[in-house]
Amino acid sequence: MSEKVGVYICHCGTNIAKTVDVEEVALWAGEQDHVDVAREYKFMCSSLGQELIEEDIKEKGLTKIVVASCSPHMHEKTFRTACVRGGLNPFMFEMANIREHDSWTTDDREAATLKAKALTKAAIERVIHNQPLEPLPVEINPNTLVVGGGIAGISAALELAEAGNHVYLVEREPSIGGHMAQLDKTFPTLDCSACILTPKMVDVGQHPNITLLTYSEVEAVGGYLGNFDVTVRKKARYVDEEHCTGCGICIEKCPYKVVDNVFEAGLGARKVIYRPFPQAVPKYPVIDTENCVYFQRGKCKACQIFCPTDPNSIDFEQQDEILQIVVGNIILATGFDLFDVSQIPQYGYGRLANVFTSLEFERMVNASGPTDGKIVLRDLETPPESVVIIHCVGSRDENYHKYCSKVCCMYSLKFAHLIHERLPEAEVYNCYIDMRTPGKGYEEFYNRLLEEGTHFIRGKVAEVSDVARIEEEEGKLIVQVADTLISKQRRIPVDMVILSPAMEARNDSQEVSQLFRMGCDFDGFFVERHPKLDPVATMTEGIYIAGACQGPKDVPDTVSQGAAAAARVASFISRGTVMMEPIRASINQELCSGCRICNTMCPYNAIVFHEDSNVSEVITALCQGCGTCVAACPSGIITGAHFTNDQLLAQIEGILWDVRSNLDLVPVE
Amino acid sequence: MTENAKPKLAMYWASSCGGCEISILNIHEKILIVDEVFDIAFFPCIADFKTKDVKGYPDGYIDVCLFNGAIRNSENEEMAHLLRQKSKVLVAYGSCSYEGCIPALSNLTTKQATLDTVFLDNPTIDNPEGILPQPRYEVPEGELELPVFYNTVKSLDQVVDVDYYLPGCPPEPPQIWAVLEIVVAALLEGAPLPPKGAIVGARDVAVCEECPLEKHEKTINRFYRPYEIIPEPGLCLLEQGLVCVGPATRAGCGALCPQVGMSCRGCYGPLDDVEDQGAKMLSAIASVIGVGDPSMEEDELEREIQAVVDTIPDPAGTFYRFSMAHSLLRRANLNGGNGKGEAK
Repeated sequence: MSEKVGVYICHCGTNIAKTVDVEEVALWAGEQDHVDVAREYKFMCSSLGQELIEEDIKEKGLTKIVVASCSPHMHEKTFRTACVRGGLNPFMFEMANIREHDSWTTDDREAATLKAKALTKAAIERVIHNQPLEPLPVEINPNTLVVGGGIAGISAALELAEAGNHVYLVEREPSIGGHMAQLDKTFPTLDCSACILTPKMVDVGQHPNITLLTYSEVEAVGGYLGNFDVTVRKKARYVDEEHCTGCGICIEKCPYKVVDNVFEAGLGARKVIYRPFPQAVPKYPVIDTENCVYFQRGKCKACQIFCPTDPNSIDFEQQDEILQIVVGNIILATGFDLFDVSQIPQYGYGRLANVFTSLEFERMVNASGPTDGKIVLRDLETPPESVVIIHCVGSRDENYHKYCSKVCCMYSLKFAHLIHERLPEAEVYNCYIDMRTPGKGYEEFYNRLLEEGTHFIRGKVAEVSDVARIEEEEGKLIVQVADTLISKQRRIPVDMVILSPAMEARNDSQEVSQLFRMGCDFDGFFVERHPKLDPVATMTEGIYIAGACQGPKDVPDTVSQGAAAAARVASFISRGTVMMEPIRASINQELCSGCRICNTMCPYNAIVFHEDSNVSEVITALCQGCGTCVAACPSGIITGAHFTNDQLLAQIEGILWDVRSNLDLVPVE
Repeated sequence: MTENAKPKLAMYWASSCGGCEISILNIHEKILIVDEVFDIAFFPCIADFKTKDVKGYPDGYIDVCLFNGAIRNSENEEMAHLLRQKSKVLVAYGSCSYEGCIPALSNLTTKQATLDTVFLDNPTIDNPEGILPQPRYEVPEGELELPVFYNTVKSLDQVVDVDYYLPGCPPEPPQIWAVLEIVVAALLEGAPLPPKGAIVGARDVAVCEECPLEKHEKTINRFYRPYEIIPEPGLCLLEQGLVCVGPATRAGCGALCPQVGMSCRGCYGPLDDVEDQGAKMLSAIASVIGVGDPSMEEDELEREIQAVVDTIPDPAGTFYRFSMAHSLLRRANLNGGNGKGEAK
């Protein structure tokens, strides 16, 4: 059958037309074999541009369509839909990317025009071989897995559960709540963090649609959008959740205390059987076996002896449980780590007692924290008379993280405010590089602090030391800083220094991204599908991200992302089935010789080997069309739909259209 | 047809080892049937014919010409054109004429490098004056002429139109006989011939289909050359680290080699949907290398993989042993630094 190809070259305003001679490419395209019509248009993605395609299909009987414009990520769907409206199968369309791959990469008009021709020629040659394909319906399992029980995960889980969908919320720590549970006040409204968070935590704990799996981790993820098989390890708490009432007597009676490096940031202690904090959800305690005398030396059992429930809720024999759950979608809300400030030795953390991290200070000012809210030095008695708060510790710093952590200016201002409030006589300094307070009510909060008498010093702190040069500095911490507004070096002697460290990606974000088969950027943050238009989706269908695992953000942004991810998932659930791209591999059963090379290839375990007939088969429903087996099959009998040998080789021939004629590839002599 | 009405058979060797001629005789007593059915019109290996005899035939005089050997020099090419002209059916017989085979491995280098090796550099050569073969040479008796040695070895179908391909190095007797039967039936009884361009005397599945060795899922930690291990009997050789090209090779031979512990070399060529046998097998081999784990740093993983790859000493010769001329690249770049010698 002779094909009639329509070719449409897009100007994209000036995005393409300023470097590519669009008219020339269209004229040239019109002369190529099989091309029936070639046009150029200002914006092919506009409804007028799409109508051009539709009308040409109907009037000229086009059988194949090529649009040379932007990345298929942007508008492949748009143009496929236009083809469908014109009466063509959507796969009779091919897109040539002459923007991201061409006009945006150079100012050389001649070279860009030549490349636009090569890319267009490749698409024309390929599209001739394109075959009609029908989308595959995939049923969406209505259950959702949310990984991470911080405010992002809580928001997402509640949104979905409220809409009537079942959610598995998996949290690594013994309680949900995340970083927000550790904070005292939230900027700029100074709401009590716990007061606004704990009701949500309780809702999660009590919600009939939420299965809460705390002290649990995802170990394996199989399957695909609509049907993920997830393996969760529920670590042994050594407390029987069925019978424990959460009375706390075991905690009270436990004779051993250890430093709490997680929730109290090392500033306070906890028992060996413990709840991270009083409002923990769930209420069941957990035994820290590394420090438990019974687990280490076989003696004590105080918790079991004093447990008032019948049967006894302390179970030293409890084992980790492996749970298998099936979900349709997954939301990752795994949060962030704080930059380890001891990496910047000149700030003295760990060496100079009265240098604190922001998290230590949060716990200190928290009324339920280790000092009952009193701001004191490391001796836990003396209130400081002067405090320096250092911004951008590890952020906006070429040696550590180049990015701005977004929240540090605001919480540093909050710290200054809290110090003024609790210690009105104290002098408070904020050393900042730039003051970044975009957000509702944020700039107003900054102005309020200016009026409260905080000293603002614009400059990066060089070092914090305890080496006095003059009498006033004796016994103080001296903060050396270049005050760039007055162009002077300053030495500020103070009692206390608070470091505001960068928010960074979780230290295991790389492994997590591999586990869920999605991307992670150089800083370790998870990569969204589109930075502006699709910030909570990932490149993997059915996997969403929310909160600080995607990049530094504050509570309101995190909550919004949690809800946004939930909305994306909810739309899939309410549709029940989705049409998946029919780009799948298939093995010709007649020709398979059973060599079994492909058997270990499939990342989705979609290939089965039939011992009886000695052939391998791809289970279409499991196949994600990655093409690994297609490349591996030495007999060439696995076909990747829409990526066949014919199509790819034609595309290569097309892209080399002007090279072949100039080269004698097979010289006679 | 001619005076005695028997169909005319020709067999010619271009750049080849002679094994294909022997393979015809390897059909044993059936050769008598061949003699009975056919009139030999040209077969330099077994009967005294001269090129001028062939030139004297009318066009299409020969019913079937089995052409073996690659196109290596000007004489090969001239004979290919001549026999095409004089034959009704031209069969590319054997791996050399089908896809280049061993001679085409010299496409990895240049004509000059080949001549230097053979006539100058080889330690057993005594050629103090550095004399190289010349296409023309004056002697008192007149001018002598030698065929021109080409830079690039080609398959038969890269110089003339080919009707059928009969793969193998050499083709196996049952397959040769099967093809001859089809031809005889067509000539004598008017039975239909296969479609033009067909690969005859072979199957459309891979050698593994005929190979009785037990196959499992594959992960390979290193490769072995045949002398390095004695393979476990009954088990897939590839799984044991011997580079067996069987999965990428057309069946029809009966998997003779792997059954005696020698991995398949790939002489029957690629399957229908494979463009480039070597690349396909390389891709398959790369897919089953099973070292490292996801926790490794990229460069560490790369080193581990490279160490496995390094256990294959001659990848081009291993994976393109038979198919260099027919491969996507066909030869090493003459203008770059890839060939051993300088471009001509």
